[in-house]
Amino acid sequence: MINSIPEMLFEARDTAKAFAAVQALRGVDFQVRRGECVGLVGHNGAGKSTLMNVLSGTLAADRGELHFAGLAVGSGWDVREAQRLGVRSVYQELSLCANLSLAENMRIAQPQFKGWNWRLAAGAQLMATLDRIFPGHGLHADQVVGELSIGRRQMVEIARAFTPGALALEVMILDEPTSSLDNQAAAQLLAYIREFVALGKSCILISHKLREIFTVTDRIVVMRDGQVVESVLTEQTSRDRVVAAMGQDEQVQENPRHVVAQTGSAEAPLVVNVSSTSAARLGVKAMAGEVIGLAGLAGHGQTTLLLRLQAGSATRAESSVWVGGATSFVAGDRQTDGVFGLWSIARNMSVGWFSQLCHRRLIDLKGEREYAEHWRQRLGLVTPDLDLPIFSLSGGNQQKVLFARALGSSASIILMDDPMRGVDVGTKRDVYALIAEEARRGRTFVWYTTEFDELFHCDRVYVFNNGEVAGELSRAELSEERVLDMSFDKIAA
Amino acid sequence: MKTHTVSHFAKWQRWRAGRPWLGSCLAAVLAWAATVFSGQGQGSGELLTVALTFSAFTVLVSLGQMLVISVGPGNADLSIPSSIALSGAVAMLVMDGSNAMIVPGILAAVLVGALVGVFNFSLIRVLSIPPIIATLAGSLIVMSVAIAIGRGLKIKPPPLFSDFMAMRLFGIPLLAVVVLAVSIAIALMLERTVLGRSIEAVGQNDRAAGLAGMRVELTRFWAYVICAALAGLAGALISGFSGGNSLDQGQEYILLTIAVVVIGGTVVSGGAPCVPGIWSAAMFMFLLVAMLNAAGAGPGLRMLLTGLIIIGVIVAASSPGKR
Repeated sequence: MINSIPEMLFEARDTAKAFAAVQALRGVDFQVRRGECVGLVGHNGAGKSTLMNVLSGTLAADRGELHFAGLAVGSGWDVREAQRLGVRSVYQELSLCANLSLAENMRIAQPQFKGWNWRLAAGAQLMATLDRIFPGHGLHADQVVGELSIGRRQMVEIARAFTPGALALEVMILDEPTSSLDNQAAAQLLAYIREFVALGKSCILISHKLREIFTVTDRIVVMRDGQVVESVLTEQTSRDRVVAAMGQDEQVQENPRHVVAQTGSAEAPLVVNVSSTSAARLGVKAMAGEVIGLAGLAGHGQTTLLLRLQAGSATRAESSVWVGGATSFVAGDRQTDGVFGLWSIARNMSVGWFSQLCHRRLIDLKGEREYAEHWRQRLGLVTPDLDLPIFSLSGGNQQKVLFARALGSSASIILMDDPMRGVDVGTKRDVYALIAEEARRGRTFVWYTTEFDELFHCDRVYVFNNGEVAGELSRAELSEERVLDMSFDKIAA
Repeated sequence: MKTHTVSHFAKWQRWRAGRPWLGSCLAAVLAWAATVFSGQGQGSGELLTVALTFSAFTVLVSLGQMLVISVGPGNADLSIPSSIALSGAVAMLVMDGSNAMIVPGILAAVLVGALVGVFNFSLIRVLSIPPIIATLAGSLIVMSVAIAIGRGLKIKPPPLFSDFMAMRLFGIPLLAVVVLAVSIAIALMLERTVLGRSIEAVGQNDRAAGLAGMRVELTRFWAYVICAALAGLAGALISGFSGGNSLDQGQEYILLTIAVVVIGGTVVSGGAPCVPGIWSAAMFMFLLVAMLNAAGAGPGLRMLLTGLIIIGVIVAASSPGKR
């Protein structure tokens, strides 16, 4: 801090917003100073995303005042006005056009690129930002977004927002920016955020990963039930205190290293067997009741393996893939792979349960309702009514619905595609417990994750590199260094 | 605990969003009332009976179109007129004026329709031609088959079949009762069978549907086959109703079915079919023409007004529920 108190840049006072029956914000006061990085934490449905939508102008608040750079902004506050003054956002749900190239997506965000060679200019600008934030990203300006993995798309989305242009850039709002990034890219982004605020710019970071919040922010704001319950300098607080303020779970998460439940016994039958195409590489095997982790950098073949297993259980599509049981898939990229937008919450769950719900080829509607209610309680879904549309839920709660869909099915093998994106700490712990319990009953989990700590919930871990298994680690052998080592090792023995 | 105060407006909005057929239903009632009050001799009851008879055919084919449109963006069956022409000819040939052959004739018509559906889907899937082109091009082939086997002759239906088509139960056409039964079966299929749920899921997000374990292409296959089979049934019934088959007996059903599906509140981009809306929209489309006729509008003005009113109904029906 250079001169006493830094200038106040952006302030919301007594902001309230309701969606039909759901009161998302109940009179929130929130401030960002110049050159400050504010971390915003809270459980799913606490109102974080709604507050950011109000600040960035995509939602109009029902009540409250906004002040930007000392001036009150009135009812005319909308996306255009917010962008003109320099408020930019990277949302949890990605906003790139899948059918366009990187350069074209850049042009959409910043219309100043004109003339016959606008593609080159836009592409060069975007590439420059990508190089600065994510050195070694391996992307090209003429790649089409739809062909990129979700992690790469997230990198483009972030770089696009950080690219300076004709409009000012004062505040960057990052809503779960690292949820789809692997550890390396996440670390690069966090380092860049510090550079960014050092230039006198401001940043609001929403994340469920408290480690990130504590590494990068100057101040932490905790939200609960649509209200700000705490705002404190990062150096004056602790992880325990923040978790306590978030509510719901007072005790700190136990270190997963001490989880004992060793389940997969040697005699358990084999349920998954994928043989590798080249003799030098390892195949993937899973026994009944095992929790198998898939690690490595994002986009190195983990999701592909899950899709091959899913296809392999329905039809014997490939000779090298053998799956001995029904599978159910938990999508991590929930907009493309998971959610049915026109359906209610209950229908989005029951779509995975048809084999249990059918009596004489007809779906039992009463059973469907009761079962959905059962899972609502089991996962603590925050909603007044299961008949509301799925998009009335916050991102994390939508993810819970996808868990209910898979775990409530009769499938003996559950495939999880980095499913904890945007899920809060409390829910994560509940889901970890649920996974352990189901594994004890003989269910098998194949779990791709980009969060290193989650690998400690797995019995065995396969590390991926360039579409192949580069190594296998038991829980006892697991360490971040070894996983990283295998992820980068080009020629594994 | 939180207390939620639900405003009456929000409640009304939700009630309204769950009933996408409301707009077309209201429009049908208005068109009926306007025709009756214009006082062109016909009684209100008689008008309704006639409307039910003609709408029943429209409903039968539109239900199939609804299923096809619901399996995802770009899906539509434009071969319906050809299926109706071919199945009408086949039904009349099989029945050959004999009362004993009515049931085999109808079954043959449905089977021919289903085969057209299989043909359509194989063009779409195997040759990966966009559905609109595939069904349109396929319909030319189907129509030429209809010409070849019918040789342009009009074969009379068996007398009993004609009587059935004209029969009324307490003033309600038997035909309408049959089509109502088919509608209920389709609604039940959509709400309570895996195929029905798959149709909705595939139409909303085929990738997610596949990952949730649904058979995406099989679902689409059944939508096209059911659609064409219903057109086949309609072909037989229309021939029986109008005293024999003809090649152009299904001509109006391309645009009419699509208009009925859309006005009836089915989501055009797929995933949300609406069976009651098919009935109200089909009634509306018939009553609209009746109303304009009663008002003495000439053909030019009638087409102009029909176009404008359809646009108006779609705009009025879609605006409140929009996100």
